[in-house]
Amino acid sequence: MTSNGVFQILLYCSLILALTKPAGAFMARLFAGERTFLHPVLRPFERLCYVLIGVREDAEQRWTQYAASLLSFSFWSFLLLFLLQRWQSLLPLNPSGFGPGVTPDLAFNTAVSFVTNTNWQSYSGESTYSYLVQMAGLTVQNFASAAAGLAVAIAVIRGFARQQTNTLGNFWVDITRAAVYILLPLSVLAALFFCSQGVIQNFTPPTVVTTLEGQQQVIAQGPVASQEAIKMLGTNGGGFFNANSAHPFENPTPLTNLLQMVLIFVLPAGLTYTFGRMVGDQRQGWALFSAMSVLFLAGVFVVYAAEQAGNPNLTQLGVASIASEDQPGGNMEGKEVRFGIAATALFATITTAASCGAVIGMHDSFTPLGGLVPLFNMQVGEVIFGGVGAGLYGMLLFAILAVFIAGLMVGRTPEYLGKRIEGKEVKMAMLGLIATAAAILLFSGASTGFTANLNNGGPHGFAEILYAYTSAAANNGSAFAGLNANTPWFNTTLGIAMLIGRFLIIIPMLAAAGNLASKKRLAVTSGTLPTHGLLFVTLLIGTIVIVGALTFFPALSLGPIVEHFLLQQGRLF
Amino acid sequence: MLNQLMPGLRLAALLTVLTGLIYPGVVTALCRAFFPGAANGSLITRDGAIIGSALLAQNFTRPEYFHPRPSAGNYDASASGGSNLGPTSQKLVDRIAAQRGQQATAGLIPADLLTTSASGLDPHISPASAQTQLARVASARGATPEAIAALVATFVEPRALGLLGEPRVNVLRLNLALDDRFPLRK
Repeated sequence: MTSNGVFQILLYCSLILALTKPAGAFMARLFAGERTFLHPVLRPFERLCYVLIGVREDAEQRWTQYAASLLSFSFWSFLLLFLLQRWQSLLPLNPSGFGPGVTPDLAFNTAVSFVTNTNWQSYSGESTYSYLVQMAGLTVQNFASAAAGLAVAIAVIRGFARQQTNTLGNFWVDITRAAVYILLPLSVLAALFFCSQGVIQNFTPPTVVTTLEGQQQVIAQGPVASQEAIKMLGTNGGGFFNANSAHPFENPTPLTNLLQMVLIFVLPAGLTYTFGRMVGDQRQGWALFSAMSVLFLAGVFVVYAAEQAGNPNLTQLGVASIASEDQPGGNMEGKEVRFGIAATALFATITTAASCGAVIGMHDSFTPLGGLVPLFNMQVGEVIFGGVGAGLYGMLLFAILAVFIAGLMVGRTPEYLGKRIEGKEVKMAMLGLIATAAAILLFSGASTGFTANLNNGGPHGFAEILYAYTSAAANNGSAFAGLNANTPWFNTTLGIAMLIGRFLIIIPMLAAAGNLASKKRLAVTSGTLPTHGLLFVTLLIGTIVIVGALTFFPALSLGPIVEHFLLQQGRLF
Repeated sequence: MLNQLMPGLRLAALLTVLTGLIYPGVVTALCRAFFPGAANGSLITRDGAIIGSALLAQNFTRPEYFHPRPSAGNYDASASGGSNLGPTSQKLVDRIAAQRGQQATAGLIPADLLTTSASGLDPHISPASAQTQLARVASARGATPEAIAALVATFVEPRALGLLGEPRVNVLRLNLALDDRFPLRK
């Protein structure tokens, strides 16, 4: 590790810390229906949206109606995106004439993937989808799935914040506000900055050039900047190009890279503050923020150290792996020179801690320990800041479990934020946890026979499969991209894993929130476990690590852990 | 429950128009107005012909040019991607051993010059990787290594804000300047 690398990481953390309060306070005001500085401009448009959708702004919904609205919206989104892909050859803005390659199973996989905020890509963007599909299909779902996630998080927080009511807000209002006041304005600004740095934005066909040495090079073009902005801000992560944010047309400079990383975390981090504001105790939000930060920093430095140490097999061949002012050193396979090791390690940890899944380096070529951390981040459910909305309601799931475990230890009925945590809440939390873990482990196990689809042998090959289902069930979307997943089996099962990972968390959490909203808030007594101090933060981290480790250690030991030891011995596959 | 169906369809349609057509359209108009060169791919023209993008690597194999990093996709700017070979891959070790053998220089070779990038289109090499190639380029162009080194030094891009990313050299821009300053004798 170099001091410059460490400073880059610390600079990033300071930026997120500084943005958490303003972002969180804005969201708290917005979703409470208070006026913000954007209201003079956007309020008339917001009203128009409700007229067009045909809903009443002041109608409150029970949790079942809230969930039904979400499911209805997700269903139509899926159908539109599926048909758009299948019909792309009949539609305009398709200068390269893409079309027949989109099989029904690929269209299913991609539609599920973008609707669930996963953005797993079994395809290669620049050679599969027309400009129309990329923007009117994929970009739209980048907005929609993030806004929906944000809405659900706000509804779940209301479950804790409200008392003796049976409603959680209105899905149509929450999702509209998320899109109109937060995602759209920030995306326009970010897209303009990206373009100023070199991200392309056009509708021209690919450019054919003759290089200096007289070869032909076909340069893919397209409306990239507009998609790039929401891809990061909505923690979506589906690249316009196959190489994702490693592609110089998506992420040309270290400055665009910094902004991309900030965009991933700004809303999830801000939501911890929103949470504190809405439940009336800011310390509760900072407690969640602290637990997330500890897990995040631990992950960053493990990846950074492992990647900077490099690959011992290559050092023996005469590859310089020591960093200096003239070269990045370390494990540069699958990484870009403009980013180097530190920024790539930081990005990889952020993108898997959040449910983003964009990459600036190929995770498949990471060292075993460098690849282990992204896997683990996703397996604990992406609660380390996590996806837009999804991170917070995932973390609240663990908070329920943490107070439940603490309650068992001292023999008291657990409470969180003055709400009794009873059988129903714990059952719902466990349902979400078990469903995603089962999707990862069962599908991975069932797929181990598909060795012909792998790019690597030995434990790394198994890790490619494990990573795929982990990424799908966690709604992340990054990949050990050597796996050829564009087959009916992988497209279908990965699609199912994504649906489980999205809706079997959301629906139980909404159910739990609906139940909590009806309860009275109890007064704090001397017997109450404070949930804002060091003790609770430690307990929360312990719960996450222990639950994650108990569930996934056997699978991880067959993949990256055994690979690490074999690498040290020089074994090749 | 059924009364939730139509609002779902209407919202999906509204967002398709708003974020799928209007938003990218407005962004395109603004980008074309303010950053036309960047919006179209930072294309570089020489003698009236487009010879590539400043942001994308192209293949160089002749001795008189600096060479970029190896590309897993053969510098195909319409099919980006990395090798996706893991650290214990026999193929990776064989490939790097072969590439090491092609280097005329003795001693350690910078990691970035022997490894494939994530995009397959990495336009940069590290300053150390440029240094490694100085002697070959100088002798092919009949120039002194010092003169070439002085030119390379002007093409080293520092870290952004002195902190972010890594120092680097854009291979295509450097090679264009070489043709300009040290033309080959026909």
